Amino acid sequence: MPKKYHINVANTPHRFPLVGRSGIVDWGEGCLKCAVCVKWECVYDAYRKRTFSPEIMADTIDQICKDCFRCVQGCPKRLIHKTLNPEWEALGDDVFTPEIITATWNQAETGKIPVSGAGYGGAYSGPGFDSMWTDMSEIVRPTRDGIHGREYISTVIDIGRRHARLRFDAEGRLESPALPSVRVPLPIVFDILPFGDLSPAVWKAMAFAATRLGTRMILPEPEARELNDHRDALVPFLRATTTDMKWAAGFAMVELEDSADVLDMTAALKQANPNVVVCIRLAARSANIPRSLELAEKGAEVVHLVADTRGYEPGVDDGVHLKDVIRSFHAALVDKGLRDEVTFMAGGGIAMAEHVVKAMLCGANLVTVDIPLLIALECRVCRRCVEGGDDCPVEISRISPSWGAARMVNLMGAWHNQLLEMMGAMGIREARRLRGEQGRVMFFEDLEADTFGKLFGQADA
Amino acid sequence: MHYKNVWNEVPRPEVVKTPSRFRRGMGKYAVMLSEACNNCLKCVAICPEKVFEERGGKLLPPHDHLCLGVECSLKSNRCARNCPTSAIRVGMNPSTRAMGDKRWTADLLMSTWYMAETGRLPKTDLEYRTGDSGGGFDKIRFRFPRRPPRPDLDKETIDTSITLNKRNDSRLKIDIGFPVYGGGMSFGSISQITMLSRIRAFAAMNSFTCTGEGGYPEALYPFDDYIITQVATGLFGVREETIQRVKIVEFKYAQGAKPGLGGHLLGDKVTEAVARIRETVPGSSLFSPFPFHSVYSVEDHKKHVDWIKAINPRCLISVKVSTPTDVDMVAVGSYYAGAHIVHLDGSYGGTGAAPDVAKKNIAMPIEYAISKVHNFLVNEGVRDEITLIVSGGIRTAFDIAKAIALGADGVVTGTSELVALECLRCHNCESGRGCARGIATTDRELTGLMDLEWGSRRIINMFLCWRAQLREILYRLGMSSVRELVGRTDVLAHLDYNKDVPDDDIRKPAE
Repeated sequence: MPKKYHINVANTPHRFPLVGRSGIVDWGEGCLKCAVCVKWECVYDAYRKRTFSPEIMADTIDQICKDCFRCVQGCPKRLIHKTLNPEWEALGDDVFTPEIITATWNQAETGKIPVSGAGYGGAYSGPGFDSMWTDMSEIVRPTRDGIHGREYISTVIDIGRRHARLRFDAEGRLESPALPSVRVPLPIVFDILPFGDLSPAVWKAMAFAATRLGTRMILPEPEARELNDHRDALVPFLRATTTDMKWAAGFAMVELEDSADVLDMTAALKQANPNVVVCIRLAARSANIPRSLELAEKGAEVVHLVADTRGYEPGVDDGVHLKDVIRSFHAALVDKGLRDEVTFMAGGGIAMAEHVVKAMLCGANLVTVDIPLLIALECRVCRRCVEGGDDCPVEISRISPSWGAARMVNLMGAWHNQLLEMMGAMGIREARRLRGEQGRVMFFEDLEADTFGKLFGQADA
Repeated sequence: MHYKNVWNEVPRPEVVKTPSRFRRGMGKYAVMLSEACNNCLKCVAICPEKVFEERGGKLLPPHDHLCLGVECSLKSNRCARNCPTSAIRVGMNPSTRAMGDKRWTADLLMSTWYMAETGRLPKTDLEYRTGDSGGGFDKIRFRFPRRPPRPDLDKETIDTSITLNKRNDSRLKIDIGFPVYGGGMSFGSISQITMLSRIRAFAAMNSFTCTGEGGYPEALYPFDDYIITQVATGLFGVREETIQRVKIVEFKYAQGAKPGLGGHLLGDKVTEAVARIRETVPGSSLFSPFPFHSVYSVEDHKKHVDWIKAINPRCLISVKVSTPTDVDMVAVGSYYAGAHIVHLDGSYGGTGAAPDVAKKNIAMPIEYAISKVHNFLVNEGVRDEITLIVSGGIRTAFDIAKAIALGADGVVTGTSELVALECLRCHNCESGRGCARGIATTDRELTGLMDLEWGSRRIINMFLCWRAQLREILYRLGMSSVRELVGRTDVLAHLDYNKDVPDDDIRKPAE
């Protein structure tokens, strides 16, 4: 059994005050000057601890307040109110919601799993990954206690091509050659940041974090050339126009943009270094599944399907969600009898730890993440940088690489523990076994059809 | 005010008006008085909802949670129009937007508070039946016939009791007064006052409350006959003596909010008293493992049930499980192991602390599981011999009735009682000193925010309002007993599948 994988996290405070969910509105006018003001009685001492933050030119009380409403109800003149913070409500988009951004910030700061009191307060189900529930084991199938360390749950994934079967010669000696692979200790590889106020410091932070975690990061060739010290963690991404294969062949893993020549480029890389693992990147579009399958049939080692930043088919109106593309491609590989031979990475729109597990249950071997790493650096997903602005509200380009790395390691530490929780509940001890394990997942459509569809479906038909 | 020693007494099931502990209740509307008010007190006489009150010739701050709204205030015979100095203005309460969540909306919180204060449904336009989660109960409606099918029924005598032992065995026959009993909340996760308030309120309704996995504090002994004690994986505070005290013993295999994960009480909440009852060390976090390491099959499970049955020869056995894909098999396995009650706890259930990832993602919502298990037990021919109790997101009387119509015999609640005690779901029960409103905490100062009589009354008021709503629902469906409602999915409609679903608001009179 390999050494137990553990991610060391350490509290790493944010540089800027966070945007909080709600705000206190405090009208001074008409105050009775009570002998004991409700503000003095605050359980969290919010009114005593508040300060003025020069970064945001505002009061910090909203970060301390925990919404108990006692001052709101206690003030005899009702001068204190709480409202939703419009700035918070405007964070992100429909996939990177304000709730997810806030939770990601907290994980990047503390490295801890989000834990809270009271039951779930969100929507019953939703689009994309929110239309799936994972299974748990009860009585007849034991669960695994990974989180408290009493049982070993492995999250190791090997990236590379595998033999469908081994061949032996007449004397029983192994004939099949050993195939190259890259081992990552958690089913997550960092992907190229799709936008952001990027600087060499940001790429360096990612490289530090990937090195510390023992995983890899995919990054554009020019940036990879700058980070020679971190070669072991890097996966340079080569455009179809690249001709210099020699430099790239020095890495353990390389990603190629799909093109007509991609297999020739692969061959050229393999010629320079037979141990390099080559990954081919395609847009996660249903229309690309035949091509992905063709690549798999022709010996591609790793197929990487990438959705848009929201997790949908890139460039397709009303495109399907990544989870459906994953299921289709997985099913197609199974159908062709190729599923065990190729590694399938999926990315785009992976926003939370649960998405990693769900993407794998749908059929991916592992996932790639991008935007959550930026959010760990306090990104607000405002996309001003996408529109060409150079006024990032949190000045991401000016981070120190070690701070950025610590935040990303914290986030991955929290995610890793959440993977263990979900796998433990399912009774799965091996992340490799999550791949396509659709018996351990419940889809909204299926549950609805089985119950309410049967009960109510015919009523008005 | 003089306090009786009420600690040992089962309160009477009657409504006693019990306003907010905090200075002002929260309502949908805010009634604002300007400096122009000259204390003429005309508004006190005008407002039928008693929003305005005077003391010593001075107008008190308005009780605006009782206010019926802007439209009412502008009527020719109401406050705003009749204030001689035009000092009264009614508007939306700006704070409500920051309250609640999709499952427990601000409306649902405030309507539950209203019930807990008055024992009645709010007269305002507050939604009291469903939340805003966009699925499950929140999309299911009752289809009431245009006219009550049995106008001869006397609403007051419609039977809301259910029986918990359907097996023809030698054990206790237990009927509870309404189809609800209290879910496990351990001493430690909530205060002793909260615990006793729940127990006394359920006892007033002739029902039960579960201790949760936190031992059996001595203060509970007077209520032995109304208590279910829990045997969970950590076995905290479980002794032969505690098992013998009660009429019902519950095995907790899993909890809906964190299925497949163990329990976790953070060190901060493990005070001297908590540690003593749980036989542990103060200040150190307590983990309940998952699963029972003595149970890896239905046969093991039967041994477990037999063990408790041998220790307490009269008690009923309840088996609390969560909702995996094979929940139907688990339920039928529990039946064959000899359980009287199968208790399914759905994935959106309550907790004092759980990882968010588990609350949201693991196991299926209870709405699906009820239907799945009920039908499976019917097909197996054993439905009549086992009591099916469900929980995990039951918030209102309508949720209760819908769960029963989908196939349950009754439900278990927990969060609703805390809301009656003025919980507003800030989700901070687990951190630091615990609940800032003195409900889910063991902090000395914070527990002092609530007294037992107040707590018991608030919950009883809500229960009485629930029972009245259940009776109204049954009346409109022409049923004389809640037992007739079990599995009657024909009285339900689902907004995603059915068109022209009528409004099922029972505040509007039936034709």
